[in-house]
Amino acid sequence: MALLAPWIAPYGPNEIRTEDKLQSPNMAHWFGTDNFGRDIFSRILYGARVTIWTGMVAIGIACVIGIPLGAIAGYFGGRIGNLIMRFMDILLAFPSLILAMALAASIGPGLIGALLAVGIVAIPEFARLMYGQTVVIKEKEFIEASRALGVRHSSIIFQHILPNALAPLVVQITLGLGSAVLITSSLSFLGLGVKPPTAEWGAMISYGRDYIISGEWWMTVFPGAAIATTTFGFILLGDGLRDVLDPHGQSSRK
Amino acid sequence: MMIPSIIGIVMITFILTRILPGDPALMITGEQALPEVVEKVRQEYGFDQPLYIQFWDYIKQLLRGDLGYAWHTGHSVASDFASRFPATLELTLASMFIALVVAIPLGIAAASRQNSIFDHISRVLSFIGSSVPIFWLGLLLIALFYAKLGWLPAPIGRISGGINPPTHITGLYVLDSLLSWDMIALKSSLHHLILPSLCLSMGTMAIVTKMIRASMLEVISQDFMRTAKAKGLSNRSVIYRHGLVNSLIPSLTVIGLQFGALLGGAVITETIFVWPGIGNYVTESILSADYAPIQAMTLISAILYGFINLIVELLYGVLDPRVRYE
Repeated sequence: MALLAPWIAPYGPNEIRTEDKLQSPNMAHWFGTDNFGRDIFSRILYGARVTIWTGMVAIGIACVIGIPLGAIAGYFGGRIGNLIMRFMDILLAFPSLILAMALAASIGPGLIGALLAVGIVAIPEFARLMYGQTVVIKEKEFIEASRALGVRHSSIIFQHILPNALAPLVVQITLGLGSAVLITSSLSFLGLGVKPPTAEWGAMISYGRDYIISGEWWMTVFPGAAIATTTFGFILLGDGLRDVLDPHGQSSRK
Repeated sequence: MMIPSIIGIVMITFILTRILPGDPALMITGEQALPEVVEKVRQEYGFDQPLYIQFWDYIKQLLRGDLGYAWHTGHSVASDFASRFPATLELTLASMFIALVVAIPLGIAAASRQNSIFDHISRVLSFIGSSVPIFWLGLLLIALFYAKLGWLPAPIGRISGGINPPTHITGLYVLDSLLSWDMIALKSSLHHLILPSLCLSMGTMAIVTKMIRASMLEVISQDFMRTAKAKGLSNRSVIYRHGLVNSLIPSLTVIGLQFGALLGGAVITETIFVWPGIGNYVTESILSADYAPIQAMTLISAILYGFINLIVELLYGVLDPRVRYE
């Protein structure tokens, strides 16, 4: 849906038609229009691209930094490993939304700041997961065998340990995408995310905030529903993947 | 274990807030100030010093219990926090209360009667708690209960405009008005408290329900439960006396961790409901690029979080006789 936005959307995301402003949902505007006469349905479709793209980049950042950190800490252990994991614990001690807010404000309001913030907040979870996996996998015989063969540490980590840790990582990525969508839209709602007039769901709700009291509910209801369904979709996907990928983990989900 | 963590936390908050955009000296003096004045303020506050000196000053300052100065309010952060803390405390406590009062019985009911109506409710709740953005939920609640039904007063502040707040005893309006038997204030403050705390409680409610349900399911199938039933105890006492205590232990960690999430959620909830607490204050500070309150908030929430975890671990000893701390 998000990919096809330019073809499906009946109007441009920032197409202003003041003569059509604040229309309730009707045949021409399925989800109504906002205070500038912009079509909500079209803006939600375009907003999906912003949201999903932000989520993916943010989780990408978290993976690229978190997974190697966890792997190094788990594989080499010792002082470096301890230091890395202590640092991750400290990052985890911050409530994620507060840390993301502080980070987004530090880096500067705007999409880049928001996605970096969401990415950094997600790093410790990936590092912890990878650490746990690495510690278990590195004791297995096949790792011992490759070490005996003189394979370099980096290839052991990337060619032997990483593929074996892939299943839980994929699950974590999917679940992480869900929370990334939620945090990004919260930041936008608070004015720390995208700049207007970009169609972003959290920002759209923030515009609708003043209108919901006077009865123009559609400006708020539809973007919120979009966030909720997207997040829930990722969570369901993550849960489903866990069941498929991890035959031993059935007991973790009851 | 806690000391190095605290030093780490302090370092992170310091680094974070010193890369904020905007010139802090310019923020204090205002955009129109003369360059000499701006320069003077910069020297006065030490913004022209190298970062490590600023950091050392920051630590010394913290050790004195000084959290800095909030330019946008013109007060010290500590006094701003002190005046706003009761509002946030009242909100988080009320949310935790609502969450637990719903979650514990619901979790038990969902586990003891699988696929019953309670089980379905717990699933819907888990959807709301995990996926519905809290700011959206808050706006919908306002739209329904204030704008549409008119059951509750305008969602601004802790008490309605024309009503005097209760005598200050604890700073929690509901408790204070009970203590001073001020029924008008009690009614108004309860009306103002209900929506924000309900909104904030959803996430915690969902997670705790899920946890209680899962651990209850595990406990129910164990031998001691069958023994308890076999020796003729009523169903009720089997579930509450034997089941609940045992399923509460794993849930306790989750409940403790939820305080952190509640603090984060409070920032958004307070912004929506114009609740005069710390969360609202932090949003204002971020929007006006004010360092000190953000540092203080991140710092305090992280330390609080560590502290709550400590309490949770100690509580394990109380609930589970196998874990005793010497």
